[in-house]
Amino acid sequence: MTKPRVAFFSFTSCEGCQLVVLTIEEQLLDLLDLIDIVTFREAISEKSEEYDIAFVEGSITRESEIERLKTIRDTASIVIALGACATIGGVNCMKNQYEMKSVQKIVYGEMADNFDTIPARPIEEVVKVDYHIHGCPIDREEFVEVTKSLLLGKKPRIPDYPVCVECQMRENVCLFEKGMVCMGPVTRAGCKAICPTYNDGCTGCRGLIDDPNLSSHKNLLNEHGLSVEEAISQYMLFGENSKDKFK
Amino acid sequence: MHDFHVGIEHITRVEGHGNIVIDVKDGKIKELRMEIVESPRFFEAMALGRSYREVAHITSRICGICAVTHTTTSIKAIESALGFAPSEQTIRLRKLLLNAEFIQSHILHVYFLTAPDFFRVGSVFGMVKDNKETVLRGMRLKSLANDLCALVGGRHIHPITLKIGCFSKSPRPDDLAAFRERIIKARPEIQETVEFFKTLKNPEFERETEYISLTNPDEYALYDGVIKSSDDGNTSPDDYIDRVKEFMVTHSTAKHAKSGKDSYMVGALARFNNNHEQLHPRAREVADELGLKHPCYNPYMNNVAQVVETIHCFEDSINLIDELLSNGIEEEKAELTPKTGRGVGATEAPRGTLYHEHKIDDDGKITYANYIIPTGQNLANIENDLRSLVPGILHKERDDIIMDIEMLVRAYDPCISCATHLMKVKFVNE
Repeated sequence: MTKPRVAFFSFTSCEGCQLVVLTIEEQLLDLLDLIDIVTFREAISEKSEEYDIAFVEGSITRESEIERLKTIRDTASIVIALGACATIGGVNCMKNQYEMKSVQKIVYGEMADNFDTIPARPIEEVVKVDYHIHGCPIDREEFVEVTKSLLLGKKPRIPDYPVCVECQMRENVCLFEKGMVCMGPVTRAGCKAICPTYNDGCTGCRGLIDDPNLSSHKNLLNEHGLSVEEAISQYMLFGENSKDKFK
Repeated sequence: MHDFHVGIEHITRVEGHGNIVIDVKDGKIKELRMEIVESPRFFEAMALGRSYREVAHITSRICGICAVTHTTTSIKAIESALGFAPSEQTIRLRKLLLNAEFIQSHILHVYFLTAPDFFRVGSVFGMVKDNKETVLRGMRLKSLANDLCALVGGRHIHPITLKIGCFSKSPRPDDLAAFRERIIKARPEIQETVEFFKTLKNPEFERETEYISLTNPDEYALYDGVIKSSDDGNTSPDDYIDRVKEFMVTHSTAKHAKSGKDSYMVGALARFNNNHEQLHPRAREVADELGLKHPCYNPYMNNVAQVVETIHCFEDSINLIDELLSNGIEEEKAELTPKTGRGVGATEAPRGTLYHEHKIDDDGKITYANYIIPTGQNLANIENDLRSLVPGILHKERDDIIMDIEMLVRAYDPCISCATHLMKVKFVNE
């Protein structure tokens, strides 16, 4: 059997999710027995235009990126969105609340016109995406699990239950009880509730679950005397692209 | 070779997208530039209007490799604006976490991104066939640093616990003590790393430039200090804009003569040149063993300076853990009250001095943000190095010329996603 050819690509992002891939370290060498990594600019010099599986990190923020992404889609049989920028738009979408012209001017001043930009969007708004690996950054074990499933020809299992489930399984004290704002009740699990475990409220980097009960979340916040506004503001760090759901 | 044209698109094994264009006619350089084609990120705009409590969470996302440094620097800027001084425990934990990031980043760079060049292979995976044990050692050392990052910061990339005021959760003393033992046990592998890098010969090339880093009378400055120039003394971080502006203006016209040089270098070699006497004694020995002598004007030796700093960070981490354990570790709480103010944070990132400036209003909303990234500061220096290097290597084979050029760029460990200011510098340059 020929090994599947795997490529990694990055668009507008910090490339942290590709770094997470590199942190699987020795498992990566095992993985190389099963796949050929043919393009991974951050780590290898070889490049190839032929690949079966494309992992795509980053959101789309320039016209030129749209074309590059479409070429990747045309080439790969499986496209996987890697990390919050690719799956839900991520931090890059924060600029979408302003006019692009003013964003360009704030950072590049008189030279603003030289740096074209369009409102940031997840890759799914440009091409069809087969699978999503969520999170900012991605969880490395989830990356390994998804990759294994793909190699076995199985559909990867991406949770559609909230972070609260995993948080309770870890027997954490609920952050609401501590008077802290948290998006755990409506955010997709899979991160093992890592932020609440370290005493930090969930900011929803994995996006909303498919059918979030936003009004019940609001009630929960109100019952604990917490600010709904603050919760939504926290969510907008990664979720500006889905803000209409909160209206 | 009298005529030579090379256009390297998307140089590999660096963070982010950059191109190198060099055009030589009749032995003279007609054109030489390092183009940065990474999409602009607009973080300074995104921070506006956000709460002072959220901003470090946002700036962490500037860079996957140096997220700890970005978070730390943002926090320091906000704390400075608020006039807040963190506890000794918090500062020690921040330093420990920063050490972990330096080791992660340096090991990634020297083992995985630059070492393949010495074996003429395209990636670390290409080294596996003949040098598997070396690759595995690099991976084990990086895992060690990853785990230290996770122990203190909550995870390997984009720290969770690193907050304004204090850590949201402190590591358990038992876990820190156990980690100390892991470092001690790793010492033989750390020494093998030194032996390995003794066998790699960096190209010989020298060009003296200005070296800028933080400096601190009490320690080898990574977490904090004042700005030191190898040419003209110290500057307070609050006045960083004079230093950086001076550089940018120097590049274009008039102030060229004032600093005497038209670009400067930041990063491991700059820190070594400015502060080598404060390195851990073992790290100083390693510098000797690897032939890194002060002052060093060979930019390729930045790789060696990173190995030396790796040793320093491991040894310094042992000391920090000892101090933390002997003082006892508590869960902390910090009372912070927003008020109008301006604050600058300056921290050494693995690639050089990083500056964040924030202004906030009485409600704690960000009203101004400015981030000056190490790679942006190095860009002009990389180009100047290339201008000096290329005429002297034109007698070589084309592939060897390209290799020398790529290795030089890689030696700076450029981090392009980070470099939100890169293009700005580029334009002033033209």
